[in-house]
Parts: sequence; C-alpha cells; structure tokens
Amino acid sequence: MSNTTQLLRFITAGSVDDGKSTLIGRLLHDSKSIFEDQFSAISKTSEKRGMAAVDLSLLTDGLQAEREQGITIDVAYRYFATPKRKFIIGDTPGHEQYTRNMVTAASTANLVVILVDARKGVLTQTRRHSFLASLVGVPHVVLAVNKMDMVDYSQARFNEIVAEYKVFAAQLGLHDVHCIPLSALNGDMVVDRGVNLGWYTGPALLELLEKVEIDHDVNTSDFRFPVQWVCRPQTGEYHDFRGFAGRIEAGEVSVGDEITILPSGRTTTVKEIVTFDGKLQTAFAPQSVTLTLADEIDISRGDMFVKTDAHVPKVEKEFEATLCWLSETPLEKHRKYLVKHTTRTAKALFSRLDYRVDVNTLEQHAAEKLHMNDIARVAIKTQQPLVFDSYEIDRATGSFIVIDEATNNTVAAGMIA
Amino acid sequence: MKLVEDNLRKHTFTHLDALESESIHIMREVAAECKNPALLFSGGKDSIVMLRLAEKAFRPARFPFPLVHIDTEHNFPEVIECRDKLARDLGERLIVRSLEDSIARGSIVIKDESKPRNPFQSVTLLETIAEFGFDACLGGARRDEEKARAKERIFSFRDEFGQWDPKNQRPELWDTYNTRVHAGENIRVFPISNWTEMDIWEYIGREKLHIPNIYFAHEREVIRRSGNVIPVSHLVQPKPGEKVEIATVRFRTVGDMTCTAPVESTARTVEEIIEETATTRITERGATRMDDQTSDASMELRKKEGYF
Repeated sequence: MSNTTQLLRFITAGSVDDGKSTLIGRLLHDSKSIFEDQFSAISKTSEKRGMAAVDLSLLTDGLQAEREQGITIDVAYRYFATPKRKFIIGDTPGHEQYTRNMVTAASTANLVVILVDARKGVLTQTRRHSFLASLVGVPHVVLAVNKMDMVDYSQARFNEIVAEYKVFAAQLGLHDVHCIPLSALNGDMVVDRGVNLGWYTGPALLELLEKVEIDHDVNTSDFRFPVQWVCRPQTGEYHDFRGFAGRIEAGEVSVGDEITILPSGRTTTVKEIVTFDGKLQTAFAPQSVTLTLADEIDISRGDMFVKTDAHVPKVEKEFEATLCWLSETPLEKHRKYLVKHTTRTAKALFSRLDYRVDVNTLEQHAAEKLHMNDIARVAIKTQQPLVFDSYEIDRATGSFIVIDEATNNTVAAGMIA
Repeated sequence: MKLVEDNLRKHTFTHLDALESESIHIMREVAAECKNPALLFSGGKDSIVMLRLAEKAFRPARFPFPLVHIDTEHNFPEVIECRDKLARDLGERLIVRSLEDSIARGSIVIKDESKPRNPFQSVTLLETIAEFGFDACLGGARRDEEKARAKERIFSFRDEFGQWDPKNQRPELWDTYNTRVHAGENIRVFPISNWTEMDIWEYIGREKLHIPNIYFAHEREVIRRSGNVIPVSHLVQPKPGEKVEIATVRFRTVGDMTCTAPVESTARTVEEIIEETATTRITERGATRMDDQTSDASMELRKKEGYF
C-alpha cells in the first residue's frame, strides 16, 4: 500500500431485488478483498440453501437478529482497498421505511451508487434515493444500471434509462452524475470490464471509484474552526499554555492570520498551530490541530474561529432548515428539544412547521406532526445563537442533530438553508 | 519554501491522515462532553494506537482520563510488560482490575481453568465501570474485525446492564456525536472504528510505535489441536498423544492465552508484517480467535451481554 492513498466513502442505495448485495459482494470478491474463511463460510451456506453457485450477496448478511427476521436493520460499514484508494462502504437497506438509514449513511459519503434493474428502469424508489442523495448533498452520484444480462446487454435500453434519469437528476440539482451499465451477477463492468458490454467506453465501477475527484468535497475556501476542547496543561514549561483544540471544518489557516471569534466578534491573530508532531505554518481541513492566539480572550467550547477578512457565517438564534425525522416518537411542535450544531448544544423550539415533502412525488403537504422518515421544512429558534453557514456551502457548519432531552435519543437530522 | 512544503502536504493528505484526524476529533468530543471517561487499554496493538492518538489529541496536557485494563490473568506476559512500560513512559494513570477480584467476590464462577476467560471480562468491566462511575469508555474496537462490530456506532450507547441493543441504536450523522446519557448508563466509544488491520500496521510503522515482541515472528512451543496452532503455556499443556513442536510464529491478535492462536510467519519487522497482511487470505479473527469460531453470532451475543 502506498503512503499516498486517499480515503473514499460511498454508499449503495437500491433494494435487494436490484442486486445490491450481489454488487457489493462482487466488488469485494473481484477486488480480492474477500478472505478464504469468509468465502468458505458463504460457500457452505450457499450449498446448504441448494444454490448452484456461491451467492456473493451472503457476504453482506448481517446479524443473527436480522437473519431471524429476514431483514437488514441498519447501516453496516465495510472496508476494502486497492493500490489507489481505501474505501468505506456504508451499506444501507432499501426498504421503504428506511429513509433514516440512508440519510445517516449518506451524511458522511463522498459518493452514492444508486442501483436500478435494467428491466424495470427508473422507479419510484430510484427517485426517492436520488432525492435523499441531493438533500444530504452527496457530491457524486453513480447510476448503476444492473442486470444488463437480463436485457441482452442492450445499449438502447441503457440509453433509454440514462436519458430518463438525467432529466430527473437535473431537476434535483445533482451535478456530478455518472451512469454505468453492469451485471453484478456476471461481474461485467464492476471490477473487470467483461466481454459483454463492448459498446460501453466509460469506466467500470471500481475504476470510477478510484478516479472520481474528491479534493473539493470539503469547502476549501472559508476557514471554519469550531473550538472543541480547551487545552490547559497548567504544569511546568506549559504553565501558561492555553490552546484551542479542534478540527478545521473548512478552508485553511496560517500563523499570523487575523481571526474573528464568533459569536463574540472579538478579533486576534493566530500565534501558533500546535500538533503532537510539531508546529505548523499552515493547516487545512480536515486536520485536527490546536491553535494558540496572540491575545488573551475568553473563549470556550462552542465558539467558532473564522478569518476576519473573508466570507463570514451567520450568527443567529433563528433559522430555517430541512429536517429528517428519525425517531419512532413523533415530533411534538410544542416541546423543547436540544440542537447539537458543530461543538455547541442549545435548547431549541420548532417555531414553524412549513410543510412535509413526499419523498416519492416531491409534493409538499401541510404537517402538524412529523413521523419517522418524514422530511420537512421547519423554522427553529434556539436559546443561544448558533454560528452557521447554509448546508449547501458547508456540510459541517450547516448541519445539526436534534436530541430529545427526556430519552437522550437522536431524533432528527437537520440541514440549514 | 515552507509554503511549498505545506502545499505538498495538502496534496498528500492520505487515508491515514484522514483516519487519524477523525479519531482525534472523536477523543476530544469525549473529553469535552463526558463527565468521567476512561480509556480501555490492554497492551495490544489497537490500544497502543489509541494511546498515540490520545497523545495527538491532548498533548501538551495530560490525558483527561485514566487508562483502564480489565486483566483476565490469561494474558501473555510480554503484553502485560508492554502495558506497564507504555503507561509509565507516558506518565499516565493506569487502573488494573482483575477477573480474580470478581472471582473472589463471587460474581464470576470459573469451572475450568483452562477455558478462555473472555466471556467473563464483561462482568469485571461492568463492576469497574460501577466502581469508578465511568460514563464513557474509549475502546480500540474496529468495524472490520467482525460483522457485529460492522453495525455498531462509534458512540455505542449501553443501558444500565451494559447491554448493546443492535436494533435500537442512535442514528449517527456527519461527525456530530450524541454523547448524552442518564445516570447509571454509559457509552462505549470506538475512535478507530473505521480503521482496518492494515491501517493499524501502517500507522504502527509510520509512528514507530513500541508493541509487544510477540507480534513479530519468533520460535515458540506449540501444539496442533483441531486445526488450530495453540501456544503451550502454564494454562495450556499437551494432552496425551499431542506432540509439542517448535514453530516460527507470530500473533495477529493478543488476547486470552488459551484461545489466541498464532500464525506461522517469518515476519520480523513491521514492514514484513504489512507485506504479509496485504497478501493474507484469512481474516484476523478467523485465524486467531478460537472463541469466535464457536458460532456465527458469538460476538453479537457477547456484545449484547456487555462485552466490549
């Protein structure tokens, strides 16, 4: 493994019938990421179930609790690597009721693979998955037209599906869309190109996963540094050391830069960028570092550093957001909740419930309550000001979770806009 | 000149840098939001990586939590030696609680001394959590180890009995972690969830970390029992008819001496181990953990009972 491999996180969306598990199994198998003991276990199971060939979809078979009920209950993470990149797959179930799982897995993904069955083409669930991908702002989309073997590897059929999908993707504002014809069952265009899709000149799936440009998936221009933890050793040579530890969520910072501390609005300059491996001149997203400042200013967790002379975030106690309700307990409009946004947690009220979006038709409906898997447009008031950007500009400073104080459960995910 | 270097660095922000930064971020969230955290430290390679990550997260300050080891007394002496040396060199507080304490109290009843003690570790762990009132325990588990782990959150919420309910996990979005618990409950936090065995070895190489020497190839007395290579120790003696042989082996994981099998290997350096890891065809636990071979769901069941 070289020392310069990048990390790519992607998710797969599609139902069992689309061959999603087979596709992941094929990707792992053909990239030689399957170990012998794993392979022999699924071979045995395939045999027991009377299958002619090894069922690669069994590789993603999960927990006993799931097998008993014949369902996939949650997001499972899988790992594989090629000499070019390391991959983390967020494997999400495709059931109707699992919007929350896809939103969860998509929140950290660079790329989503949306599967369609070549015989069936673009379905309601394809639209739903694409809508959710656009909602969560997944930067890259791959439409994998699977089961090409079932339509005689027809280029015309592929083109037809792609044409229909592209219109829809454009409406959703999905920018970077790649379409690949493949057969997960036979292994065509997954890792190897195979011999059946000679008319297709684009990259196979793995080649695309290795090549897609992800450097700009984080915001590289507007410096954002939420203070996570204040480092005060109070001993020996570090008696007066006061460092602000955190992760740079966007942009970069250099020693000597003038910064503004929000929400207070005080300004100072960066004195040092401290790391365990020594001091840096410049640091950038997503590095975790510790900053020391030229002036002694009262700063605590939840404050945010930004560059003074650049685009600054909003500092407000009221904002609008798109919300995905994740809990079995419905949203009660009159209750107080907690909002955790970057490193700040504040009490919050839903001041307006504008409408609910039908994820299948994208139609808007009036809403009094929100139930699990509902996507809605809301207005939120917080007790303290939050320092935020719109989600479109910055996923890290535009996102938040909602916590129910009574149960401590995470009940919703929000995107500010 | 410096700027050129930084730009160069920016373009070579590797998967290890990304994983490292994520882990530091997770540890700092625990330090900032949990009232009384602890870091579970065994002296094994994953927890040694955790210590380095804690240094990266908190230096020049001390760690904002003690190190805690739940000792089965079935550990390899080389690992315990390494555990103590690392804690001492770092100047951090190490709390050791032994299964023997629980046995003395009567909360663990051992029927057969030669059997693995892993199933009982949960008991002493839960007793230790109660003794110190820990609300969060940082652990070095990875999702690539096992399929129950693959479905566990980074912040894994446990009820009063330390139980994990796979069907009722808190959704985890972006890097915004919900660390809240009620009194008596706690969270297990896994900062290296997204690391693989290969990442661990590459990081050990890059950071030049000191690890127990039994991870490297050495000669050892072993016996072969039902397809496994088993190290001979005071706990494992040959049964009649079994032959003791000298083999050149190394350990891929270091756990309970009665159920941790070494692999035959000649890898004597981290680089050689990385090479071997890249070409091995057997999973880490499949090759080395006899207790995980007993059932397809062993880990899932143990976790539900409060195991790490």
